[in-house]
Amino acid sequence: MATRPVSGRSPKSLWLRVGGWFEARSHIYEGLLPIVQHPVPKTGKVGWWYVFGSATLTAFIIQVITGVALAMTYSAAPSVAYDTLQFITSGAPFGHLLRGMHYFGASAMVVLITIHVLRIFLMGSYKFPREFNWLTGAFLLVLTAAIAFTGQLLRWDQDGYWSVVVMAEQAGKTPLIGQAIAQLVVAGSTVGGATLTRFFGIHVFLLPALIGGFVLVHLWLVVFDGISEPPQPGVTVDPSTYKQRYHELLEREGVPFFPDAAWRDAAFAAVVVGVIMLLAAVVGAPELGKPADPTLVNANPRPDWYFLWYFAVLSLIPPVLEDWVILSVPVLLGVLVIMVPFVSNRGERHPSRRPLAVFLVGGMLISLAVLTIEGYQAHWSPDIQAAQNAPIPDQVLQRAQAAGARPGAQVFENKGCHTCHAVAGTGGQKGPDLTTVGSRLNREELIIRVLNGGNNMPAFAGNMSDQELQQLVAFLETLKR
Amino acid sequence: MPKSFIRLEGLGEPRSRRRFLANVTFGLSGLIGAALGVPLIGYIFGPLIKPSPNAWVAVGSLSDFPLGQTKLTKLPDPSSLPWAGQTADTAVWVRRTGQQTFDVFSVNCTHLGCPVNWLADANLFECPCHGGIYYANGQVAAGPPPRALFQHDVRVVGDQVQVLTSPLPTAGL
Repeated sequence: MATRPVSGRSPKSLWLRVGGWFEARSHIYEGLLPIVQHPVPKTGKVGWWYVFGSATLTAFIIQVITGVALAMTYSAAPSVAYDTLQFITSGAPFGHLLRGMHYFGASAMVVLITIHVLRIFLMGSYKFPREFNWLTGAFLLVLTAAIAFTGQLLRWDQDGYWSVVVMAEQAGKTPLIGQAIAQLVVAGSTVGGATLTRFFGIHVFLLPALIGGFVLVHLWLVVFDGISEPPQPGVTVDPSTYKQRYHELLEREGVPFFPDAAWRDAAFAAVVVGVIMLLAAVVGAPELGKPADPTLVNANPRPDWYFLWYFAVLSLIPPVLEDWVILSVPVLLGVLVIMVPFVSNRGERHPSRRPLAVFLVGGMLISLAVLTIEGYQAHWSPDIQAAQNAPIPDQVLQRAQAAGARPGAQVFENKGCHTCHAVAGTGGQKGPDLTTVGSRLNREELIIRVLNGGNNMPAFAGNMSDQELQQLVAFLETLKR
Repeated sequence: MPKSFIRLEGLGEPRSRRRFLANVTFGLSGLIGAALGVPLIGYIFGPLIKPSPNAWVAVGSLSDFPLGQTKLTKLPDPSSLPWAGQTADTAVWVRRTGQQTFDVFSVNCTHLGCPVNWLADANLFECPCHGGIYYANGQVAAGPPPRALFQHDVRVVGDQVQVLTSPLPTAGL
């Protein structure tokens, strides 16, 4: 592309002359114009489905910008990390907003890249000749999950600390070298001074650099092979003719990416930035939990919301299968994802002609939603603080009192029954709800259950005096409709 | 960007000067990469190259541990770094089973490492993450844990109870 002709006579042309001089030495226009104006298919309203890739990039840029600011104060030494975060949140000018933006930016990045991948999959945009775009995108998805996870740890509250431990334990399940991998994860024999600094280095240098590099390749490929045209039922991809057909399509009705398509990206990016800043200003960064302290076992570690589904998976898979699931499912999923564009790189692209694709995405979304809700409720976790948090309701106690079974309610709390069994809406959800157990089981049956346990319940024989057992059963018998 | 490349005459020939220079360029680039990569990779793998040694650490005197009781006890990490702060300590559950005998359990659930809580009246350990439950002797009572709680070696020296530190325990296949 030639530089613009510069007229030396008109007084208006000063800018043009400066611009021309600059361009002649920098070649910015010459180099970038063919890229930003590369022809793209006319998308019409379907074009709004094409904005999620650039929106993900927008979220990433927000993360880089807010991350740079946070890194100016945050210190990755376990002795002070938590305090520096507190200072950022409540002491530093704009700190609260920046931390909030970094938090919601992370959520946005995870959500947007997921939508982007699903859009690409549903519209068959990964098919020939865009297989490598799918692969680089798959790496970006993994890197996004990794950077989200490592970021969560940097809060260095109890959730962050125990997340490291849980991650190391999962890595530790690898046969033979498990212990070594676990020690690499925590950068030593236990979680300590070297752990957080290592995660900090990975989170702020390694992963962003990798993401940036993959984004460049990803975009490079988009410029060369173009974005996929909106799919139409019956119009199939055939590797032997596709490129020519795509080329003809661009000749016939192609438009320059900038500004004909780019304006939608800009509009949606503005919405993304707006929503993130609004949430950061109004809702704010999440409250920090208690500072990380391995000697405080009274913790209730939970991952951030976008990993709750996996937290649920880890709780719900049968224990016999668990190690195999933890080790092989991520590998299998990875292989499947990598295979997608090679197994199906031709044929129909429109979702209406690809019921399997729609079924898979639908199934995945429903599973994720169900698992996330399960993970949020975590009914498999005992409510260890049940006695303090949610005592047995008075009316239940009064009924027990009337039946002379009040001491049994105390045994019920003391022996931890309440941490797993709900009574009238209080207590844990791990075991069956006992609100009306007196109507279901008779005295003998109750005694057998308590003494023998079973079905995922501890046996209390030898763990309870005979008097306590009699009191407990008397109390359980009062729990009736 | 220049549209065409200068024809690389002789590059394909095995003994040409150009072929030689190309090989030198690739070779030197590879060497530079390796030279820069070795220290970084070595640093990353450092914890394996120089593992921190286990050590006997005093956790208290005999009178601190009443017979039959299970007590949460801090276990200082002998290899901790000056900036480790709170994480310079880990915790263990110390259960005195006899005059000179102890069971010392790691607080880490054998399922995925979350901290187990001791319910003294119920005589049970409960894990807050995925619901693992253990009896007082560390055996699994319920939930997903694949094995009993990990134990530390323990010894009594004079009046002092000493526990051998260990790396974060993992339950591999």
